[in-house]
Formats: sequence, structure tokens, C-alpha cells
Amino acid sequence: MAELIELVWILTKIGVILGPLILSVAYLTYAERKIIGWIQNRNGPNRVGPLGLLQPFADVFKLMFKEVVLPANANRFLFLIAPLLSLMPALAAWAVIPFGAGLVLTDINAGLLYVLAMTSLGVYGVILAGWAANSKYSMLGAMRSAAQIVSYEIAMGFALVGVLMAAGTMNMSGIVQSQAGPIWNWFWLPLLPLFVVYWISGVAETNRAPFDVAEGESEIVAGFHVEYSGVAFAVFFLAEYANMILISGLAVILFMGGWYSPFHGLPVLGPVFDLVPGLVWFVIKVAGFLYLYLWFRATFPRYRYDQIMRLGWKVLIPVTVVWLVVLALMILAGFGPWFD
Amino acid sequence: MTAIRDFLRTFLLWELLLGLKLTGRNLFRRKVTIQYPEEKAPQSPRFRGLHALRRYPNGEERCIACKLCEAVCPALAITIESEEREDGQRRTTRYDIDLFKCIYCGFCEESCPVDSIVETRIHEYHMENRGENIMTKDRLLAVGDQYEKQLAADRAADARYR
Repeated sequence: MAELIELVWILTKIGVILGPLILSVAYLTYAERKIIGWIQNRNGPNRVGPLGLLQPFADVFKLMFKEVVLPANANRFLFLIAPLLSLMPALAAWAVIPFGAGLVLTDINAGLLYVLAMTSLGVYGVILAGWAANSKYSMLGAMRSAAQIVSYEIAMGFALVGVLMAAGTMNMSGIVQSQAGPIWNWFWLPLLPLFVVYWISGVAETNRAPFDVAEGESEIVAGFHVEYSGVAFAVFFLAEYANMILISGLAVILFMGGWYSPFHGLPVLGPVFDLVPGLVWFVIKVAGFLYLYLWFRATFPRYRYDQIMRLGWKVLIPVTVVWLVVLALMILAGFGPWFD
Repeated sequence: MTAIRDFLRTFLLWELLLGLKLTGRNLFRRKVTIQYPEEKAPQSPRFRGLHALRRYPNGEERCIACKLCEAVCPALAITIESEEREDGQRRTTRYDIDLFKCIYCGFCEESCPVDSIVETRIHEYHMENRGENIMTKDRLLAVGDQYEKQLAADRAADARYR
């Protein structure tokens, strides 16, 4: 009986995390269309409901009522399981994300490793989708995406090593707690190059513009998900946006002080701003990073495939390695307010 | 020296930041979209839309069947047949404009010596059946009667330049 109650309690917690997450995915697509529209001096969607606020639901219902077309000679099983394979890790990684002090589903000590493992699993969905559809465009998109994600994972991993060194723990809440303090106490400042590298590889990991060669609609139609329609396509869409939110959330936790307010620990401002719950600060910061995603997409043209590889291997990885050495020296010297 | 500067520009993402600044400024600019069914773009009095045949204030139709418009029409969209009326005047018995052929160049309007054939500001029209693309004399006159006030005003506004 006690186990049953425990199970129901855990399922409730999962629902409380996933419900708002999926809702924010819906409104992220709306925000994307609105903001890119504004940047291009347009209005964006404004016909469905007041200010177009019901647009995401119109899109979802459209996709749900459409047929899922199975291409000839496609591997049925893999074709249908691939979208799920890309969605599951994107959602599973949220288990260890702390939304506020103590607001976390599972507080495991190897949290960061778990997140790395989950984000790496996402690439299987893409590869299987590209292969199972039996289409050359899908295949090309999947190959590009796989190579890109594998390359940028190294740079991202190195950037996270920097965070590990600075925080001295792999526990996500622990990482946030080691940044306790005002905005200049957070890790983005001593780890600035790693922060930039992390963010660039994060954008590349999620296959977003300007690194969206996996989709490359002008060259390979839509890449790995050309053959997908209806709900199966919607699931890929959901996975992409859930991954964006996840990468933004990680950026906030690892570099931007998680749930702390920017004035935490200051004499007068600190207690005033601490009245706002940590969850709100977390959401505000995540929204800021998501805005960066959209801003980038509206600004930068797509990289050429070889340029992406060059940037990943010959620029980002050396930068991280150099800064890891600098960081080690900084820690050894007990530098600044961060490592004393 | 320039090599070092170029390297730093690329490496420190300077150019990318400039691009972000540009798009960031555009985010707050006034939006240029016209919400079409509710808002409409301004029209010139010289706007060339659906055709009409006008009448004199006493109700007499202006067209004298000189066929200048038929001759000048580059798309051969106008077909005119004429005969003598009981009072001895030459009038059209048939005046057809094929809207599928018409290119809305306005030459018919310019060539008309009596300001009879004109192009109105109507541009939101459609056809539902075959054959409706042919504007017959009756329909053209009906359009002219309905919009005579605006047609006269537009001609007056443009009179200085004609």
C-alpha cells in the first residue's frame, strides 16, 4: 500500500513537471513565430483567438487530424518508434533539473552525467528516423545530424568539465548552491569562454539555426523528418522544442545561478528580491535563453556543413581545453570571489 | 596588423554581435503589415480596376462607338458592334470586355474621346460561373451608374494632368 501511494505521488510529480513543459513547448512555437515576425517587421500570427494566442492549439489539432503516411519499403517499427526515441530522452532529462531550492524530482549525485547521457540518446531518434524512412533526403539529414551532434557533444562535454571543476560536484542542486550570491558570483563570469562554447554547442546540439543543416529545407527538403506527417511529425517537433528548453534550463543551472536572484546576498536588494520565489527567477532566466534561440534564428544564415565541422573541432574544442588549464590555475590560486 | 584585427573580429564574434544588434533594433520598429480585410492600402484616383461605361448627367450614354478603345487594346479584350439609332446617332449594340484577356493597362480609358470607358477602383471581384468574365454593355453601364459619383470625382482630381 505504501509503495502504491509512493508510485502515485511520483506520477503526480512527473505530471506536474511535464504538463507545464508541454504547454510551454506549445507557447514557445507561438513565441518563435511572433518574435521572428516582429524582427522582420511583421505581426506574426494574430488570427486564432485574441492576439493569436490559440494558434498553437490550432496547429496541434491540425497535425492530430492528419494521416500518418508510411512510405513504401519503410521499416514500419523503427519508423514509428523513432519520434518516441527522440522525445523520451528530452523529457526524461527533466527528472534531475532543480526548479528551485529542493524543487527537483530526483536529487541524484551524478545528475550532470545523467543529463549528458540523456541528451546524447536523442541522436538515435534522428538516425533511426532518417534510416527507417527509406528516403535519400532523410538519410542525408540523419548523417549530417549525427555527425554534428557527436562533434559538438565533445565541446559541450569539455565546457561542462569546467563547471564540474568550479563547482566540485555533479549534483545539479549542488552546482547551483555553489554559485550562491549576486550575479557576478555566478559561473558565467569566470567560465565566460566555456559559457559561450556551451551555448554555441547547445544551439548546435538541438539542430537549431544557424546549425540546422540536418533540416536544411533549401537543400535536403527537411532532412531527417521529410517523410513524417501528422502526429509522428508533431512528436519530432515537440522533441526539438523540449530539447531547446532543456538546453536553456541547463545553461541557467550551470552558468547563470539557477534559482538565485541577481542580487542574492547583497545588503538591501538581496532580501527584497529574494521575496520572489526561486522558481520565478529560474523561469525568467530560461525564457531569456529561449529568446536568444529565436533571436539567433532570425539573425544568422545557415552555416555550410564543412564550416560547422571546422568550428566544432578546430575552434570550440581548443578554446575549451585552453580555458580548462586557465581555470585549473585560477582554482589553484584561489582566485576572486569564486574559488576562495 | 589587419590579419590580427580580422582574426579577433571573427574569434570574438564581433560581426555576429553587430548582426544581432541590427535584428534587435528591428524587433521594436513599427510593423508594416496591413491587416487586409480590416485595413486597406491607400488608392490613387488613377487606380485601374474593373471597367465601367459612364453616362452624361442627362442619362444619355457617352459611348459613340468610335472603336478607338477596341483598336488600342493591346490584349484584344474589347469587342464592339455598332449601328445607327432611330434618331440617327451612332451607338454600340454590343460592348464586351473579356476580363480574362484584359491586362488593365488603361489604354482604353486614355484613348476614349468622350470619357466613356473608364476603369474604376473596384479590385475585389470574382466570378463564379463560366461566361461571367465577359463584361457586357449592360453590366458595364450598371457599374458606371453605381459608381458615377466617385468616377466623376476621380476624373476631376486628375483633370489638371490630362
